[in-house]
Amino acid sequence: MTDTRATMAGGRQAPRFSAASFTREYGVLVIIAALLIGLTFASDSFLTSRNLLNIVNQSAPLAIIACALTLVIIAGGFDLSTGAIFGVASVSAGWIAVNVDPTTAMIAGPLIGVALGLVNGVIITAFNVHSFLVTLATSLVYRGIAILITGGALIPVRIPEFAWLGREKIGMVNVAVIVFVVFMLIMMLLLNRTTFGRRVFAVGGNEEAAILSGIRTKLVRVATFAISGGAAGLAGVITVSRLSMASPQAGAGMELEAIAAVILGGTSIMGGAGAIWRSVSGVLLMALIGNGFNILNVNPFFKDLTTGVIIVVAVALAASKPRR
Amino acid sequence: MTAEGNAVSIRGVVKSFGGTRVLDDINIDFRAGEVHALVGENGAGKSSVGKIVGGYYSADGGEITVFGERIGRFSPRDALLRGIAMIHQELQLVPELTVAQNVFLGLESHRAGLLVRGEMERFATIEATCDFGLDPRAKVANLRIAERQKVEIMRAIARNARVIIMDEPTSSLTEDEAERLHQLIGRLKSNGVTVIYVSHFLDHILANCDRITVMRDGRVVRTTAVEGETKQSLVDSMLGQASTISWPTLPPAPAETAKPIARMEHVSTDTGLRDISLVVRPGEIVGLIGLVGSGRTEIGRAMFGADPIALGSYEIDGVPQRRLSVTRAVAQGVALVPEDRRKQGLVLTQTTRPNISLATLGGLSRFGLLRRDEEVDRVRAMIEHFGIVPGKVDGEVAFYSGGNQQKVLLSKWAVAKPRLLILDEPSRGVDIGARQRIHEFIVEMAAAGTGILLISSELEEVINLSHRGYLMSEGRIFDEVCCRDLTVDAALNRIFREQSRNHENQETTLQ
Repeated sequence: MTDTRATMAGGRQAPRFSAASFTREYGVLVIIAALLIGLTFASDSFLTSRNLLNIVNQSAPLAIIACALTLVIIAGGFDLSTGAIFGVASVSAGWIAVNVDPTTAMIAGPLIGVALGLVNGVIITAFNVHSFLVTLATSLVYRGIAILITGGALIPVRIPEFAWLGREKIGMVNVAVIVFVVFMLIMMLLLNRTTFGRRVFAVGGNEEAAILSGIRTKLVRVATFAISGGAAGLAGVITVSRLSMASPQAGAGMELEAIAAVILGGTSIMGGAGAIWRSVSGVLLMALIGNGFNILNVNPFFKDLTTGVIIVVAVALAASKPRR
Repeated sequence: MTAEGNAVSIRGVVKSFGGTRVLDDINIDFRAGEVHALVGENGAGKSSVGKIVGGYYSADGGEITVFGERIGRFSPRDALLRGIAMIHQELQLVPELTVAQNVFLGLESHRAGLLVRGEMERFATIEATCDFGLDPRAKVANLRIAERQKVEIMRAIARNARVIIMDEPTSSLTEDEAERLHQLIGRLKSNGVTVIYVSHFLDHILANCDRITVMRDGRVVRTTAVEGETKQSLVDSMLGQASTISWPTLPPAPAETAKPIARMEHVSTDTGLRDISLVVRPGEIVGLIGLVGSGRTEIGRAMFGADPIALGSYEIDGVPQRRLSVTRAVAQGVALVPEDRRKQGLVLTQTTRPNISLATLGGLSRFGLLRRDEEVDRVRAMIEHFGIVPGKVDGEVAFYSGGNQQKVLLSKWAVAKPRLLILDEPSRGVDIGARQRIHEFIVEMAAAGTGILLISSELEEVINLSHRGYLMSEGRIFDEVCCRDLTVDAALNRIFREQSRNHENQETTLQ
């Protein structure tokens, strides 16, 4: 929100810079718009509500993780364990759905995620170790736990009361999309309208100043990791429900995709600045690139390459901002 | 106008940041071998001029001529190659390297890229000019700020700088150290070096500079020889109107029998405080009078719960404090405005509004949800109350001038309505207008019944604004004084006497 105002002010007083600063602030939206237009012309099957909803539906789990990860990164942290938490939550939810009860499983997945996130946060703040190292280590531990739970095997989950979350639609819209949108709105509310959100920005922007304002910064950081873990758990449950299958390897590499999406959206990796809409845009942009390759029947080999190039360009653009 | 004797001359230089014009049509000649002062309020653009000459900012328009050569694009590296070195307000050294390594950073003695010996000899040559007495093998991280500044100066000399820009060189120095710096500037000058001296300390400028350029609102008011200028004449042109340096009238001091808002008894800390006993009463302004490093900041931090108290007792409003944390101190109505506003005070990635609300989020919310209208109203009221410029509710604090940043920081605690307000260097590096407003604020708060602990390196400021003062030296309070009867000279004398008494033993053993 503040970005908008700064840009508008800059635009009014120094029109020469408005185009450049607009691209800098909203680069991800510009690229999305360009892709939307390009793909619409390139293929008739692109601009259909079915295809577009499908893109969002496919990206819902990643988008949920990226939304929560935004909080972690704004608070100056880093979470490399979301993929592994996704895996633990997947197999736990699968096992509970089969052996206990499907509804319990849906609730348990995110809660297990919160618990694992709390473990991350407590280790990081209690021992004052960089979150990068801690979550790198715990991601190995969590992945190991996921494999231990199933003994390495897959758990088939063919239960209708469980499958609705990932497969059903309400009207035209997938349940998973609705879950994602609600989650996104909650994250936006949390970040922009609550005292907690303010503290998240302050901790990432200047932890010393936050401490000297009476903010319990460790608590704030722990909370961001718990939320991130919970989001990974929720994403895991949705995916298990969708695939009717829980795999201990589920979510491998997803932590990097989520980080890429957050960065692509323009949230500062240095902490203290960023927005949820940015990360969602980052996820959608990555999904659009994938969808474009499918529709145009291009060798999928180019997909990662293109995504990578766009990330570099986006980050370089953001870095050209005036320093604070 | 290509005068022969000009080291650097700038013509028609303009510079804007994000739509705000910070420099407008600047014309200044810096003559070879002169000490040229740039003065003006904060935000007047004097640091920006320094940074343009040093290559840190590129001008949006205008010409820069360095030793007769017109310069196009200019980086700090280009500037150095042409003999221009800048010594920053916030020093730029590599803390993990030694003094000598920092001095020769980028100029290491080497053969085909391999480091070779010989740096100690080179260091000795530079030391001969400077006479700083620094240990070349000491790690910079372990040096005090004043010593780090000396390293920066040696670094400039190692590069054979012909123009040295000094941005607020004396702001963190003691009087004695400042005096030695000025002697060095004299020596540099006699070697033909041009010194561009950016400072707020008008006394230092009048005593040590040859010519003075006064700036106001991003423009040059005038450039004149130092002869004939006085403190008052400079202040008048900086402000653009005749004004007097005045101190606000203090509210009456509370009775000695009044119940103190804060009381320390025999407090010692790991940060170097020894046997500190003091009281602050509601409505009273108490000054800590001492030199840099005497433990003033440490007392403030201990009272705020930022550093733990190892021994002794501390009471806030009669309640003994054990295991005090900042959060608990804030909850009991204590506030601290720290000395380094950019590092410890403001969240520069955020705008004015969240910065002002940061310490009082609880009172602005219901069930954790912020009441936005109330917040905006409160911020507007503060902007008006302090005269913060620009007056935007969501202004980019990072780009504000020092004085306005300080006002934002004071607003953050003013909205908390503290019962004990600790102010550490509240007017450091701010312009005269902001400074007067800050002084008025201190008096307003005291009149409203807040107990105030005032810390300032400027003895004149503490003495004139405090009811009572504690004289400090080396982590101890050695006397309590009534500030009405105290002069700056008397205070300084007493501090130096106390210091030399403490050092007597050490010095006799050294000699």
